[in-house]
Amino acid sequence: MKHLIIGSGPAGVVAAETLRKADPAAEITLLCGEGEPPYARMAIPYLLKGEIEEAGTRIRKDADHYDRLRIQLVQARAKGIDTARRTVDLGGGRQLPFDRLLIATGSHPSLEKIPGMDLPGVHSCWTLEDARTILAEARPGTRIVQMGAGFVGCIIMEGLLSRGVDLTILVRSGYMVRRMMNPTASGLIRKWCEAKGVKVLTHTQPQGLSIKEGVLQVALGEGRTLPADLYLSVVGVDPTLGFLEGSGIEVGHGILVDAAMQTSAPGIYAAGDVAEATDCLTGQRRINAIQPNAVEQGRIAALNMAGKPAQFRGSFVFNVLTTLGLVSSSFGEWQGVPGGESTEVLDEVHYRYLNLQFDGDRLVGANCVGFADHVGAFRGLIEGRVRLGIWKQRLLEDPTRIMQAYLAAAHRVA
Amino acid sequence: MQKSLHIDPNKCTACLQCEMACAWENHRSFTIAKSRIKVFTFHKEGRFVPYTCTQCDEAWCMTACPVDAIRLDPVTGAKIVLEPTCVGCKVCTIACPFGTINYVASTGKVQKCDLCDGEPACAKACPTGAITYVDADWTGLGKMRQWAGKTDTNPATV
Repeated sequence: MKHLIIGSGPAGVVAAETLRKADPAAEITLLCGEGEPPYARMAIPYLLKGEIEEAGTRIRKDADHYDRLRIQLVQARAKGIDTARRTVDLGGGRQLPFDRLLIATGSHPSLEKIPGMDLPGVHSCWTLEDARTILAEARPGTRIVQMGAGFVGCIIMEGLLSRGVDLTILVRSGYMVRRMMNPTASGLIRKWCEAKGVKVLTHTQPQGLSIKEGVLQVALGEGRTLPADLYLSVVGVDPTLGFLEGSGIEVGHGILVDAAMQTSAPGIYAAGDVAEATDCLTGQRRINAIQPNAVEQGRIAALNMAGKPAQFRGSFVFNVLTTLGLVSSSFGEWQGVPGGESTEVLDEVHYRYLNLQFDGDRLVGANCVGFADHVGAFRGLIEGRVRLGIWKQRLLEDPTRIMQAYLAAAHRVA
Repeated sequence: MQKSLHIDPNKCTACLQCEMACAWENHRSFTIAKSRIKVFTFHKEGRFVPYTCTQCDEAWCMTACPVDAIRLDPVTGAKIVLEPTCVGCKVCTIACPFGTINYVASTGKVQKCDLCDGEPACAKACPTGAITYVDADWTGLGKMRQWAGKTDTNPATV
């Protein structure tokens, strides 16, 4: 059996390892698209901070890990898939045959549609190569204008500031991390950034980039411009599925998969940030681009590829973010649900905030800022659809008793 | 046979010896905020519940780690954080549905119970036998359920 995996992020690597365990005799090939050994993007912020070397970003640390598991790493990008002939086109006349295929191509930075995005000094911050460029160019006093304050935009700030740069953040909407945090949580994060010396301009969208007397100029409209030595464009990501065109594989926002992680094409699977699978809270299909989901989907897909039926139980969105040292997290339906109830506690001075969202006597979502202990229990409560009983009322009165509620309701120890 | 921590909340008096022993063992400090075992207080019920990692089979923390910084100790069965490898991304802290792996700001790394290489300091320090280190004939979620079930049928339970 020939197993081919496109993409060497966490979903692809875990899938390859799972395949080896489940199918000891199989041929396993892992396509790496960036000319790098498999690495974790999650580690890039710490590379920027100088806390780790590039080797510290590797998903597996032993140099012979893939050889030992007989996982063949091939440096190439998929250009197309022929579902009938069961081949993946690598361009230049190269093709790889497969019996089972996993698409784990992840995502790539969205491109701002403004003039000047091809100018020197304009970068994203997504790949190891991006990080190398930023490390080479960001020095004390370097003026960085960063467009975007989502998850990536926030998590890289500490690394940037640690290099002594002058940092200005442009935010299109009124709120930082608005897809993870409610306005109160977002406001706290903004205040924290500003207290650390970052300039944050909300309701600001660049009109274009140009070069004047050798210096990059960011046009903000109404005649306002900002000079920049580096312009970082971090406005979100899109699933990498352009190469599927003409393959007949069904896509929505991402690649549509069933509970076996199989696409509309038999024997072809998808996992990770490129896959659109079932959300266990809403029942709707969505892309859930978080690490725990990627590895779980990679594992389920691999088991099915090896002929061992496994079902994806669905997932929901949760994430943890550190912005210049301030830890925040977001779980499930943090915006609340129709007919639901909520409670919150805010300590603005100490940058602490906790907001809980309920549907009946179940927790369905939460936003936390400055509360980092035991936050995994939020996942346990939400995913386990744990009925809180009398603890719901107690949480409405004091949301900080969340661990007591968890122990009492989920483990019935009180 | 592998051993595991067995916790009987009925015997806990919240003396916090376990938290101090854990903080001392791992941080050479009695700052109980740094303890990997935590005693939760239920004032209304007059109950105290020591709580830490059960070394579950699913090992959500270990599978979620993007940089391979959590490994299985084949001798004790503990999932162990390799501090030099951990980058401090905290993905494990939200992946663990039990909330038993936590970020420590002063080290920039996460920490969890590692069973002290087979000699848990908390169990040694516990004066009432609320925390014991015993032969494990159950594991993971089953272990958690067994623990829950034990206390569930206890008359002291509300």
